[in-house]
Amino acid sequence: MIGERTTVSDDVRARYEAVIGIECHVELKTASKMFCGCPNAFGSAPNTNVCPVCLALPGALPVPNAKAIEQIVRAGVAFGAEIPAHAKFDRKNYFYPDMPKNYQISQFDMPLTVGGAVRYWLEDGTRGECRLTRIHLEEDTGKSTHASADGRLAGATSSLVDFNRAGVPLMECVGEPDLRSADEAVAFLESLARTFRELGVSDVKMEEGSLRCDANVSVRLRGAAEYGTKAEIKNMNSFRSARRAIESEIARQIAVIEGGGRVIQETRGWDETAGVTHTQRSKEEAHDYRYFPDPDLVPLDSLPAAVDAVRATLVETPYDRYVRYVDTFGIASKQATQLVDDAPLSRWFDRAAAASGQPLAAMNFVLGDLSRLANESGIAIADGKVTPEALAELVELTQSTTISSSAAKKVLEILWTEGGSPKAIVEREGLAQVSDRGAVAVLVTEVLDANPKVVADYRAGKTNVLGFLTGAVMKASRGKANPALAQELLREQLEQK
Amino acid sequence: MDPIRDSAVAIAAAVNRGETRASAIAAAIIPHAARVDTHVDAYLQLTPDLMRAQAERVDARIAAGERLPLAGVPVAIKDNMCLEGTRTTAGSRILGNFVAPYTATAVQRLLDAGALPIGKTNLDEFAMGSSGENSAFKMTRNPYDLERVPGGSSAGSAAAVGAFAATISLGSDTGGSIREPAAFCNVVGFKPTYGRVSRYGLIAFASSLDQIGPFARSVEDAALVYDAIAGKDPLDATSLDLRSEPTATNLPRDLRGVRVGIVKEFDTAALGESIAGCYHRAYEDLAALGATLVDVSLPTARYGLATYYLIAPAECSSNLARFDGVRYGLRVDGADVGEMYERTRATGFGPEVKRRILIGTYALSSGYYDAYYVKAQKARTRIAEDFSRAFERCDVIASPAASSPAFGFNAKSDPVAMYLMDYYTIPGSLAGLPSLSVPCGAVVPDGGTRAMPMGLQLATPLFTERALLGYAHAYEQATLHAEKLDPVEALR
Repeated sequence: MIGERTTVSDDVRARYEAVIGIECHVELKTASKMFCGCPNAFGSAPNTNVCPVCLALPGALPVPNAKAIEQIVRAGVAFGAEIPAHAKFDRKNYFYPDMPKNYQISQFDMPLTVGGAVRYWLEDGTRGECRLTRIHLEEDTGKSTHASADGRLAGATSSLVDFNRAGVPLMECVGEPDLRSADEAVAFLESLARTFRELGVSDVKMEEGSLRCDANVSVRLRGAAEYGTKAEIKNMNSFRSARRAIESEIARQIAVIEGGGRVIQETRGWDETAGVTHTQRSKEEAHDYRYFPDPDLVPLDSLPAAVDAVRATLVETPYDRYVRYVDTFGIASKQATQLVDDAPLSRWFDRAAAASGQPLAAMNFVLGDLSRLANESGIAIADGKVTPEALAELVELTQSTTISSSAAKKVLEILWTEGGSPKAIVEREGLAQVSDRGAVAVLVTEVLDANPKVVADYRAGKTNVLGFLTGAVMKASRGKANPALAQELLREQLEQK
Repeated sequence: MDPIRDSAVAIAAAVNRGETRASAIAAAIIPHAARVDTHVDAYLQLTPDLMRAQAERVDARIAAGERLPLAGVPVAIKDNMCLEGTRTTAGSRILGNFVAPYTATAVQRLLDAGALPIGKTNLDEFAMGSSGENSAFKMTRNPYDLERVPGGSSAGSAAAVGAFAATISLGSDTGGSIREPAAFCNVVGFKPTYGRVSRYGLIAFASSLDQIGPFARSVEDAALVYDAIAGKDPLDATSLDLRSEPTATNLPRDLRGVRVGIVKEFDTAALGESIAGCYHRAYEDLAALGATLVDVSLPTARYGLATYYLIAPAECSSNLARFDGVRYGLRVDGADVGEMYERTRATGFGPEVKRRILIGTYALSSGYYDAYYVKAQKARTRIAEDFSRAFERCDVIASPAASSPAFGFNAKSDPVAMYLMDYYTIPGSLAGLPSLSVPCGAVVPDGGTRAMPMGLQLATPLFTERALLGYAHAYEQATLHAEKLDPVEALR
C-alpha cells in the first residue's frame, strides 16, 4: 500500500502528544563471531568468513563468545542496568533463507541486562532520560541479494546469500516508551551510539548496518492517560531517516484520528525516497516464534563475576562527560557536544584542561585555532605535534599576559608544525610582551619628547590623542610592549609634566 | 591372531607389539565385511580407501615408536556422525548427497587413537526409530535371524559388530538407540553420562538427550573405546569439564558389596514368561556374584515415554529446521522460496521424522508451550529426582534393556507400539544417566524358531562410568552369554 505524505497544521499537532519507544540492534565489535571462531569482519568477499557452525552444517554446535557477553554486561553497567545472576539463550524459530539454522539464538525471558536508563541531551541543551527494558545478546543473519534489476525481491528469479554476517554478535536494546518527540528519539539514539563507541562495544557504523533501529510510535491527546494504538516502524537506516520516519508517522496517525478513523496495530516500513511509512504486516499475521531454551548451550551463571570485572574498568560515559563540560567547566552545550562527539579529542582536551586549570580558555584554543590547523592539515589534534601540556603552557602565557592573543596564534602555528614548548618558541621568536615598567617608561618618554604638539593637545583637554600616543609606543617597541601598561605609563607621565 | 573375531584389546595389543600391522587387519576385514554385508546391510557405505590410508598412518606411527590404545582396530561409524570426505546422510533422503567437510570430535578421537574407519552404518532416519526400518535407504537385518530387525536407531552399528563385520562401532543414544539394538544383536552397547562425549559433528536429533557411545563384543572393549572418546571438547558447550577416569583397566571380577536395585514398577511378568525368566536368572546371577538385590521405586518412570515424546520432538522440530534446501542437501525447486521449502522437506523427510517435527512444533506453539513443553521439563526433573532417591538405596539399577527380543520386519506398524520398545531405557536417558546393555541370554520369541539374544540394562548415578563398566564386566565374565550364540550360518 503506497501512502501519501500527510501534513497536519501546527495547532492540530499541538493538541497531540507522541509516545515513542525504540528498539535497536547493534553489531558488537568482537574479533570473532558469536558462536564460532570465524572473523567478525565487514567487507570480505562473500561467504569467506564461514565455517560449519555459522553455516549450520549438520552436526555443528554453537559455543558462546565470552567477549560478547562481557560487552553486553559492560553496556548494561554503563546504563545502570541490573545484571541478573542467571541468564540463558533461547531459540527463536522461523524460516528465512539467510538464517542458516532457521532459528536464531537469542534471549527470551532471561536477558543479560534488565532495566537501566539512557540519559541524553537535545541540541538546545535540554536533558532527558529514557528507561531501558532490557539488553540481550543474539546472533545476526546473513544477507540476501535478489537477482533482479533493482536488487529487490519483486521480479527476482533467484537470490544469493552471503553468510559472512551470519552469527555476528548482535545486541538488542529495548527502550521503554518514554520518548515524546522525534528529536528526543534521535537524541536517545545518539546517546546510545556515543556510549557504545566509548565503551568499545561497537563502531556503530550505520552505513555498514551495524546499528539498525525500529520505533514503536503512538499518539494521544495531550493529558490523556492511556496510550494510543502503536505502529512499529522498521527499516530506518540513519538517524536522519529515523527522525523523518517518526515525524511522518506521528503526522499520519494524527490525520487518521482527526479524520475519524482509528490507528491499526501493525508493522510499517519506512520508504526513504517517498518519505512515508507503509503497511508491512498486521498483528494478526504475527509469527509464533516457538521460543524455547537452547539445549546446545548451558545457562549463564557466572555473570556476577563478569560484573565485578566490568566495574573495575568502568569509564566515564559520554553523557557524564557532557554534563561535566557544561555544569563544571561552563562550556556551552554546542561546544560540549562537539568535544564529546570526538572521543580522542575530548580525552586530549581533558588533559589540556587539567594541565592548564583553565578549561574554557583551553576549549577556545581547541575548538578554534587548533581545530582550524587540524582541518587544514588533515591531522587530528590528538595525533598532532601539539601536546596537551604545551597547550596548557600557551594558555598560561596568554592568561598571564606574557604574550598577546595575536602572538599566541603565531606560537600555535609554530607548535603545530614543529612541536616543542611554547615558552621556548616565545623566547626564540621574541614574542613576549614587554611588561617591564622601566623599559616601557623609557619608550614613553621618548615618544612624548618626540611629539610635543600632541602632548600640548592632550594637556589642553584633547585626551583622545592617547590612542595615537599608545600606537606610537607600540610601534617603537615593535609590537611587544604590553599595551595596557604603555597606556598607563603614558597617562602617568602626561599628568606629571 | 584372528583379525575378524579378536577383541579390540587383543588387536591393539598385537599391533602395538608389532606382531601384526594395521594394514594387515584392514586387508583381512575389508573383504569379510563386504561379504557379510551382502546379507546384513549394516553399512550405507564401506570406506576401504580411507581405512587403508588410516592403516598406513597407524603403522607409520607405531613404527615411529608410538603406542596407540586402538591401534589397528576396525571401527564402524553410525552415519549421523561426520567423517570428512564421506557422504554423511543420517539415513535421510534430505542428506542423500551431503559430503561432510569436517570430522566429528568423537570420530576424530578414535582416529587419533589408531582406529580404522571401515564404513558408515545404517540407521533410522535422523536416529528416530527402534528397528532400523525408518532408514530411507535400506533395511538392516539382524545377524542372528535375518528375518528380524537389528533394533534401532543405531541399527547398522549394532548389526556390524554383532555380525563380526566390525570390531567396534560408534552409535548414538537419545532414548535407547544404543542399548536396544545392542540387546537385539548380542553385543555390549554403552551410553555414557550426557555430556561425557562431545556431540560436535553428531547430527542432532534431540540435543539435550543425544549421546554418543560404543558398541563392542565385550565390556572391556567398550571401556577402551569410551576412554578414547570421552572428555571435554571446546567445540561442544554441553560437554562436561570433568576428568574422565580410565575405565578399561583393573575391571573387577565380582560384585561383592554391590547393591543392585530392581525397580518395583518395571513389571517384567507382563513381558511373558520366557522373557521374565531370562531377567530373573540375570538378577540371580548378579546375586551369585556377591551383589545384594534391593527393591527400589521409580514412581514417575511410567511418565517417561510421554515426557520423552514431548521433549525429543520439540528439540527435533527446531534441530531439523536447517534442512531447507538452501545451503546443502536435497533441494526440490518451487515457484518461490516457501514452495521450495515445502517440496524439499516433503520429499526429503520420511513419515516418522515428519510426525515428530509436527508433534514438536505443536508442543512449542504459543498457547500449548506451558501445557506440553514446560510440563514435560518438570516431569523430567521429577524422574531424575526419583533416580537420585533410588540411588540412595542402591549402587546400580538392573532392568530389561528392551521390551522384547528382536521382532520381525513390519511387526510394529503402530508408532506407539514401536515407542514402547524403549520403555526401560527412556527414563535413564531423561535423567542423563550412564547405562548400558550387556548380553544376558537368549529367548525364542513367540512364533520364532531361533533363540534371540537378550540384553540386561545396568544404570548408575551420573558420572560413574567406571563403576558401571566394572559391574557389567563382572557379570559378563561370569556368564559369557554373548559367546553362546553365533550369527546365522551365511555370515560365518
